[in-house]
Amino acid sequence: MKEEKKLQVSAIKDGTVIDHIPAKNLFKVIKILNLVSLEDPVTFGSNLDSSKLGKKAIIKMSNKYFDDEEINKLILVAPQARLNIIKDYQVIQKKQVKVPERIMGIAKCVNPKCITNNENVVTKFKVMYNKNVDLKCLYCEKITDQDHIEIII
Amino acid sequence: MKNRSLVSIEDYSKDEILRILELSKHFEKNPNQKILDGKVIASLFFEPSTRTRLSFESAVSKLGGSIIGFSEAGSSSVSKGESLKDTILTVSKYSDLIVMRHPLEGAAKYASEVSRVPIVNAGDGANQHPTQTLLDLYSIKKTQGTLSDLNIFLVGDLKYGRTVHSLLMALSNFNPVFNFIAHPKLRIPIEYKLYLDELGIKYYEHTEFTDIISRADIIYMTRLQRERFSDPVEYEKTKNVYVLRNEMLENTKDNLRILHPLPRVNEINEDVDSNPKAYYFEQAENGVYARQAIISSILGLS
Repeated sequence: MKEEKKLQVSAIKDGTVIDHIPAKNLFKVIKILNLVSLEDPVTFGSNLDSSKLGKKAIIKMSNKYFDDEEINKLILVAPQARLNIIKDYQVIQKKQVKVPERIMGIAKCVNPKCITNNENVVTKFKVMYNKNVDLKCLYCEKITDQDHIEIII
Repeated sequence: MKNRSLVSIEDYSKDEILRILELSKHFEKNPNQKILDGKVIASLFFEPSTRTRLSFESAVSKLGGSIIGFSEAGSSSVSKGESLKDTILTVSKYSDLIVMRHPLEGAAKYASEVSRVPIVNAGDGANQHPTQTLLDLYSIKKTQGTLSDLNIFLVGDLKYGRTVHSLLMALSNFNPVFNFIAHPKLRIPIEYKLYLDELGIKYYEHTEFTDIISRADIIYMTRLQRERFSDPVEYEKTKNVYVLRNEMLENTKDNLRILHPLPRVNEINEDVDSNPKAYYFEQAENGVYARQAIISSILGLS
């Protein structure tokens, strides 16, 4: 009985479910995908047990679909995220986050002398993917490594 | 190259670099041509750099162009709080090309995105200084007859010296052997070593400045910058270790030439100046021709 109730709350008819988000980055995902602007129901759960991530989060959005470019922005905060595209309660497609060539905005350049940290300039990085996700600033050419990536949106 | 900004040395292919060097030679033969007649070149120096600025202004004047601009941010609208974007947008309405020096890294790249006229980067912080690299290459080619297969010694501040990094990358097109001589704290950064490894280019690192220079075709000296040292005592000690003196040149090759981007402090002893292998003041002169070549090719006048 309890099981069924839980399902009713969380199941969506049409839309997208994003699973396997590291729990600590849930709100960053919400920001990066600008979910605040959605008008249809959005539910999320956090600190759920996960064998892969320890604690994970999940987001369910009714009537919302993303293009790949938007999803790939999650490489910085939820590289292992899995997307289920739902139509009429059925999963009709699964998607993963792929490494984008470039990242615009979202992250801050680590170099305090970079123009992007001193003027109103949208940051732009080339993604260097090699076990870690490192970002090479297309302005000052300095590398911001994964451990120093700061999300700024 | 026409109408394209020059922000980083990597903006130019090997062929484009060689074309600029050919053109530099042409301007060295005929430095006074009125091909910039009626053109306005803006020279925006947000931080002072006397040598680079005068070299650009000399290059433009000899070609009959006019120069507008400022030589330090304090005498410009920047001191009133204007953004770089607004300065560039405004000045690009007054000029055909903008030469700029800026203390922040990436400033030239950003300016090239907002400007309606081409930008020539005359140095953005510790990042890029591509016109210096082109004049260095011109000096090497002129003195050695070629850029290929040379034994290049880089000495001094190899960690922060941007001229060293850009020169290293540009020369990597020409099968060099590099020898790096630096204090352990100022060694060439790992990313440049990886870059050379990837290209299969040989390099050797040394901490002693000794007779290994007998193999050199080019010795490129750089200045230790006081501001890179947190401890002034350390600076005083280090700056006296990597000094080139005339007697060290005794057993060096006849074709060896000594380059330095200038200004020097004490890293080349003055007794070297009269040695025929000293080339740094000619190198500075070459800067005028290289900049004439760069500006005229960007404006499509050559």
